[in-house]
Amino acid sequence: MLSETAICLYSIQKATLMIELQNIKKSFDNERSFAVSDVSLSVEKGQLLGLIGESGSGKTTTLKMINRLEEPSSGTVRVNDENVLRQDAVYLRRSIGYVFQGIGLFPHYTVLENVAAVPSLLKWELSNIHSRCEEILQMVGLSVDEFGGRYPSQLSGGQQQRVGVARALAAAPEVMLMDEPFGALDPITRADLQEEFKRIQQQLNLTVIMVTHDMTEALLMADRIAVMKGGRILQIGSPKELLNHPEHDYVKRLIEMPRRRASRLEELMRTL
Amino acid sequence: MNGNLREQLLILPDYFQGHLLLTLISLSIGILISVPLGVWATQSPRIKRPLLATISIIQTFPSVAILALVVALLGGQIGVLPAVIALVLYSILPIARNTVTGLDTIPLEIVEAARGIGMSPLQILIKVRLPLALPIIIAGIRTAAVWTVGLATLSTLVGATSFGNYIFTGLQTRNLVAVTVGSVAAATLAVILDTLIAGVQWLVENRNQSIDLVKYKRVRNALAVGFLLGVGFSVSSIAPRSEPDFVVGGKGFTEQYIIAGLIAAELEEAGFNVEQRLGLGTEIVYSATANDTVDIYLEYTGTVWANRMKNSENPGRDFVMEGVVSHVEGVDGMVSIGALGFQNLYALAMRKDRAEELGVHTIEDMIPIAQDLVAAGDLEFFGRPEWITLRETYGIDFSEKLTFDAALMYNAVVDRQVDLITAYTSDGRVAAFDLKILEDTRNALLPYDGILIASSVAAENNIFMDTMQALVGQISDEEMREANKIVDVDRRPISDAVHYLQTVID
Repeated sequence: MLSETAICLYSIQKATLMIELQNIKKSFDNERSFAVSDVSLSVEKGQLLGLIGESGSGKTTTLKMINRLEEPSSGTVRVNDENVLRQDAVYLRRSIGYVFQGIGLFPHYTVLENVAAVPSLLKWELSNIHSRCEEILQMVGLSVDEFGGRYPSQLSGGQQQRVGVARALAAAPEVMLMDEPFGALDPITRADLQEEFKRIQQQLNLTVIMVTHDMTEALLMADRIAVMKGGRILQIGSPKELLNHPEHDYVKRLIEMPRRRASRLEELMRTL
Repeated sequence: MNGNLREQLLILPDYFQGHLLLTLISLSIGILISVPLGVWATQSPRIKRPLLATISIIQTFPSVAILALVVALLGGQIGVLPAVIALVLYSILPIARNTVTGLDTIPLEIVEAARGIGMSPLQILIKVRLPLALPIIIAGIRTAAVWTVGLATLSTLVGATSFGNYIFTGLQTRNLVAVTVGSVAAATLAVILDTLIAGVQWLVENRNQSIDLVKYKRVRNALAVGFLLGVGFSVSSIAPRSEPDFVVGGKGFTEQYIIAGLIAAELEEAGFNVEQRLGLGTEIVYSATANDTVDIYLEYTGTVWANRMKNSENPGRDFVMEGVVSHVEGVDGMVSIGALGFQNLYALAMRKDRAEELGVHTIEDMIPIAQDLVAAGDLEFFGRPEWITLRETYGIDFSEKLTFDAALMYNAVVDRQVDLITAYTSDGRVAAFDLKILEDTRNALLPYDGILIASSVAAENNIFMDTMQALVGQISDEEMREANKIVDVDRRPISDAVHYLQTVID
C-alpha cells in the first residue's frame, strides 16, 4: 500500500518536471577545459528559471545543450521526461521554442513568414498556419494587417523581438528557451516586454529557461534563479531564498545589487 | 564603304543567334555547375582552398589554349560543343567564388536561428543561406556573363559561329568595318545582358527594403519583358535550321577564305546546301576533316609534310606530294582530291630598296649579314621544322625574330620596322608592296602545293566529287595571287575574288 503510494507520488513529481539536466559537462577542447562542468538543474512545468551569470559563465552553452544546438560531452538532458540525446535533433528543436540573443529573424522573410517558420516545417495546413500566426501576433501585440507583410528591417527593435517571441510560440511548444531575449532593447521597451512575456508565460503555462545577466530582470520574472560562474552552478533557488540565504559571496553581491541601487535611487529622490 | 557595311549587317542575325546561343547555353551550364561547387566548398576549408585554387588556375590559362585543348580532348571535334565547354570553364570562377563569399558572409546568428527553430542542414541551405547569398551570387553571374560574351568571340577559332567571325575575318582581310561591327555587336550584347542581370540583382537586393513599391514593380515588369524577349529570341534561334549537306572548312587567312568561298559557290551551284566554318587553326581543321565534322578544305603539302609527318628535309615537290597523299589517305582516312595548281610557298622577302642597299638577291647572299638583320614571321614559321632546316642549310640566324599576324607582318616590312619577312608566294601583297623575294638556291624551303582534302564520308558522294575534281589544276600561281590581291590590296570583298576565280575556271 505504502509503496504504491510512494510510486504514485514519485510519478506525479516526475511528471511535473519538464526540464531536467543531470551532471552536464561540455568541453570544446577535448576535455582540457570545461565551459560547463557538472551542471544539474530541473524546471517544473509552468515555471520560469532564470539562468544568470557573467559572460563566459557557461549559461548560454547550458541553454544550447537543452535543444542540442550544442552536444553535451557527458551527462543527460531530459525534456518532458524524454532523453533528448535519443531524439532526432532537428525534430527536437521544432518542439522547443527558442528566442535568440540577436533576435535572429530571417531578413528575407516577412513578419508572417518568420512566425510561420516552425508550423511550416511541421507541415501544418496553410489555413491553420495563418490563423495561428494571427492569434500569436495578436498575443504579442502586433496586428497581422499592419505588420504581417513587413520585413524585419522595417521594424523597431522592440517589434522585432515581439516577432522573435511570436516565432518561438507559433507551434505551441510546452518548453521555451530564451537567450538574453530583452538584452538589446531600450529600458522602457524592455520593461514592457518583460511584463507582457511574464503574462503570456503564465497564460500558456509555459516552462521557460531564460538566460540573462540582468539580476533585476531575473528577480522580476523568474520563479527560480540559478547563478552560474566558471561553468558551475553556485546556487539555485527562489528569489527569496537567494536574497535571504546567499551561499556564496558572489551570489550575495549579485543579488544585493538591485536592492542597493534601489535604495540609492530612493535616497537620491528624497534629496531632490 | 556603305556597301561593305550593308554586306556586314546582312549576316548580323546569323552571327547574333550563334553568339547569343553560345553565351546563354554556357552561362546556364556554368551556373548549374558553379553554384553547387560553391556550396560544396563552404562545407569545409579542406575542400574550399584547393577547389578555389584549381578554378583560379583554369582561369589563368590563355583562352585560345583552353579552346585548342578542349578540341584535342574531344578528339578533334569542332563546333558548338568545344566552345561551350571552354566558356563554361571560364564562367566557373566568378560564380563559384561569389557563391562561397555569399554563403560565408551570412551572419552566424541567422544560421544559428535557423538551426535553433529546427531546420535541417538542407533546409537551412535552401531556405536561408542561398536566398541570403543570392545578391552576391547574381553579381558573380553578372561578371561571368560579361566575360562569356567577350570570350565567345574566340569560338570562331573552333568553328562555332559568333561575332568573332566578323572580327577574325575582318582582321585577316583587313576589313575594319567587319571588325568594328563585330566588336560593337559583342559589346552591345554584353551591356544588355549586364543591365538585365543588374536589374535582377537590384530586385533581389531590395525585396526586403522599404522602397517605393511602384518603382519596384516597374523594374520587375521591365525585366520580365526583357527576359521574355531574350528567351523568345533564343528559342526562335534554336528553331531547326536546314542541316547543311556539306561543311567547308578553312584556316584564318585570305587565300583560305577565298578558296572556301569558291568551293561553297561551286557546291551550291551543284544544288547542295553548304555551311562554311572558317578561321580554324591548321591542327583543328585537319582533325575535324579526319573525323568528318568538316567535309572539305584547302591544305598545303608542306604543312602536312612538316606538321603532321614531322619531316624537315625537302626531298622535292613530287616526292612530298606523294608522301602527303599517302599520309592523308592511308593514315588519317581522308581523301585527297588533288592539287588546284598553285603553290603557296614560304619565301623570305625584303623591300626592294633595302635588298639593293644590302646587295642581297638570294638567301645565300644574306649569310654574312644575317646576324644583323631583324626578321618577322607569321604565327607559325619560326616554330616549324623547316625554319631549322633553313637555318642549318644556310648557317644563318637573325638578330631578332619577331612573330606577327600575317596581315600586320607586311606592314612591318613596308614601314621598315623589320628587314625581311616570311612572305607567301601566292600573296598579292608581295607584288603590291613591291617586295623582293630572295631566291632559295639550296632548296631548303618546302613545296606548298594547295590540295583539296575531303572527308571520307563526303567522298562517297559522286556529284560532290565531280564538282570538286573540276577545280583540280585550274588555278595558277598568277591567278591565285590576283585573287588574293583583290581582297588584301584592293580591299574588295571575298565574293569579288571568288567571282574572279570562277571566271578564270570557266
